Amino acid sequence: MLSHFSKRLLIAFLLIISITVVMGCKGKPAATVRTVSEVNGDEPAYGDALVTGTIGEPSILIPMLAGDSASHDVSGLIFNGLVKYDTDLSVIGDLAESWDISSDGLVITFYLRKGIKWADGVEFTADDVMFGYRTIIDEKTPTAYSEDFRQVKKAEVPDRYTFRVTYEKPFAPALTSWGNLVVLPKHLLEGKDITKGDFGRNPVGLGPYKLNKWTTGQEVMLDSYKDYFEGRPYIDRYIYKIIPDSATMFLVLQTGEIDMMGLTPVQYAKQTNTEFFKKHFQKFRYPAFTYTYMAFNLKHPFFKDKRVRQAIAYGIDKDEIVDVVLFGLGSPATGPYVPNTWPYNPAVKKYEYNPEKAKQLLKEAGWKDTDGDGILDKDEHPFKFTILTNMANNPRKNTAAIIQWRLAKIGIKVEIRELEWSTFINQFIDKRSFQAAILGWSIGLDADQYDIWHSSKTKEKEFNFVSYNNPEVDELLEKGRRTYDIEKRKKAYFRLQEILADELPYIFLYVPDATPIVHARFKGIKASPIGISYNLPKWYVPKRLQRHTLEP
Amino acid sequence: MLTYLVKRLLEMIPTLFGITLLSFVIIHLAPGKPTDIFTELNPKITPEARERLEKLYNLDKPIIVQYGLWLGKIVKLDFGESFSSDRRPVMQRIWDPKKPLLERRLFVTFMINLISMVIIFLIAIPVGISSATRRNTLYDKITTTTVFIGFAIPHFWLALLLMLLFGVTLHWLPISGLTSMNYASLPFWGKIWDLAKHLVLPIFVSAFGGLAADSRYMRSSMLEVIRQDYVTVARAKGLPEREVIYRHAFRNALLPMITLVGLSVPGLIGGSVIFENIFGIPGMGQLFFQSVMTRDYPMVMGVLTIGAILTLLGNLLADIGYMLADPRIRAR
Repeated sequence: MLSHFSKRLLIAFLLIISITVVMGCKGKPAATVRTVSEVNGDEPAYGDALVTGTIGEPSILIPMLAGDSASHDVSGLIFNGLVKYDTDLSVIGDLAESWDISSDGLVITFYLRKGIKWADGVEFTADDVMFGYRTIIDEKTPTAYSEDFRQVKKAEVPDRYTFRVTYEKPFAPALTSWGNLVVLPKHLLEGKDITKGDFGRNPVGLGPYKLNKWTTGQEVMLDSYKDYFEGRPYIDRYIYKIIPDSATMFLVLQTGEIDMMGLTPVQYAKQTNTEFFKKHFQKFRYPAFTYTYMAFNLKHPFFKDKRVRQAIAYGIDKDEIVDVVLFGLGSPATGPYVPNTWPYNPAVKKYEYNPEKAKQLLKEAGWKDTDGDGILDKDEHPFKFTILTNMANNPRKNTAAIIQWRLAKIGIKVEIRELEWSTFINQFIDKRSFQAAILGWSIGLDADQYDIWHSSKTKEKEFNFVSYNNPEVDELLEKGRRTYDIEKRKKAYFRLQEILADELPYIFLYVPDATPIVHARFKGIKASPIGISYNLPKWYVPKRLQRHTLEP
Repeated sequence: MLTYLVKRLLEMIPTLFGITLLSFVIIHLAPGKPTDIFTELNPKITPEARERLEKLYNLDKPIIVQYGLWLGKIVKLDFGESFSSDRRPVMQRIWDPKKPLLERRLFVTFMINLISMVIIFLIAIPVGISSATRRNTLYDKITTTTVFIGFAIPHFWLALLLMLLFGVTLHWLPISGLTSMNYASLPFWGKIWDLAKHLVLPIFVSAFGGLAADSRYMRSSMLEVIRQDYVTVARAKGLPEREVIYRHAFRNALLPMITLVGLSVPGLIGGSVIFENIFGIPGMGQLFFQSVMTRDYPMVMGVLTIGAILTLLGNLLADIGYMLADPRIRAR
């Protein structure tokens, strides 16, 4: 979706459920589409409005200050970055026309497009990038995204349209960090405290849409920016309607008040197959950039032994979880990457459901049912553990229940405990006082996973909370982030996945599908690995199908 | 009377102080911090970055110092700034004088609760009286059952069923939000009509659920009164039953309702989060819920303090109302 570079690495699957839509199955070749359109007289036309339903309300429209996905979704339409991801996850220019990376990988020089204007008519220049960079590293800016920019040793503006940064060490995620987080209009904000004042609720950007009106708790209305540098967006108005309840949202979709929303698995699989939906809507389906896993506390005596973790993996049927929990709308996960993206290694060890093998491995590890109560034991300790997960997350709760049932069959007794999010993280995960936990990671578009797996990241509040420690993995992670050469990176991450699949610090459970639905009158939607909304400015409604006429 | 009022108002100050201190400590005892939305499981956050954020919000100071800072502002009637990422003042998020009324959360909640409260009283009082006077008849049993169904039925479920019927199947009513997309371009009466259509379902659902308590109070209060000697006297005088009930018994039976109204005052600004979420109503319930979930301390404290003040004022109003209505209490 529109340049979420901020979330490049991986951000917690927060409670906030974003209905934004990510990417998809292969789109039709453009030529075919055009032929069909010409026959129907459905050529692209300006006009109409797209109304999207969203659970959460944005809190602020300055990307570097926003912590929630709703804010990023809306501000992503208002601000652009220097670079962005193409549909195949390669990096392409956005406000930057091109860039050079010095051969040692330390200096990046961006050459900006000329003549781009902020929505108030002032020209965008390298000074705006410099200003944004200075703001994000300012101690007084309450941002969560400054770390990438603190790696910068020197930033300069050699001329009006050139921006150059120098790093201490080569840092692969550096290039894409220059997304939409750091471009701010200097002429409007210089000398002001961006946390005060109303820029955050009334921003001036240079993206395809600009804010028209924000009605608290109800909707955010954006109008197309006619002088957008990639061409005026076809759809004149984009309305982000806040509907906090997903059941209500689905009803509202049927009344025609909204045109687009993210469907839940049950809505996609069971409730939208009627003639009504087939006639009026188009559904999309593609893997979301997130995965759900069961983490083991590797410090716990039960889980120190690799054979035990492998046994549990053999004792769980991932296909069954996908079928039952997600109505088949997902795929079993084999590692921390999304299938069909460049870092994904399809050839790692997979654990087909095999309870016999599981029992065998447990036996080798010394677990036997000596007292005949149906639960394995070792040194008089029965094999009982608790899976923690966060409250009000049905897919995770159901996954836990299936795992509980399956593991009982191989002699392991599992308890499930659901906790309020903050309590769960602060008291259990951060303090390492858990045995196993079901959680999810959002997967960033960059492949770097240093913070999750590196053995130096095991302190309280850090993200290697399972206390995983493998020198080879440490080395691979370091290698992967210190080069821009995609083949070298790929090699490192492929090996990383092999090791993870063998050692199983997590059991990777599933990658759910994103399942957005859009009204049938919108044309030009092309699903791609990064979603459907990346080309939102190119969506259109043929003249004869337009529903809303807009008064200015 | 005046001394009494002054005394009561002065008594409110230590009570309020106690309430805020307790609320402050309790909300800070809950695990988690306002900065969690940025830092929790966000691999991009280093310990230094977390400390910087916590320092910005004064979270590194001992809790009693934080309370002192908060109290120092509150005595100047400054509720501080919300910790949410837009850092707007707390009062602006509750009641933004620059926005139209319908975009002020306090107004929206207050309006819906007031309308539904009036409707509840308008229905509950006659229902209570009539079922008291027809005690144990079929009518009494039917009304009792009906109001209890309203009380027991899960609100969200009833709401969804009604939305499905009136919104999706019949297309009579809109089902989410307060206004339609073209609201701004409507003439005055068009706006009222649009708003009314949006409010029918929420108000019906909330009123239906609230009928039970008030009609039951009214019924039992009426039952007590019609057992009194003066009612027997009135009947003995040969007054028609209508007059006995509505002129003599009714007034006295209404007295407990004054307490009820007083107690409802703080409820007028408190919204239910489930209810508001289902109908997409931007009210106080949502705001408070989000603030608690994100540990937005100034926001939580702001709402709680206003609630506490209204509760105390409501109690005071109920007492004054009682004094005005009942000479026996005034005499003391």
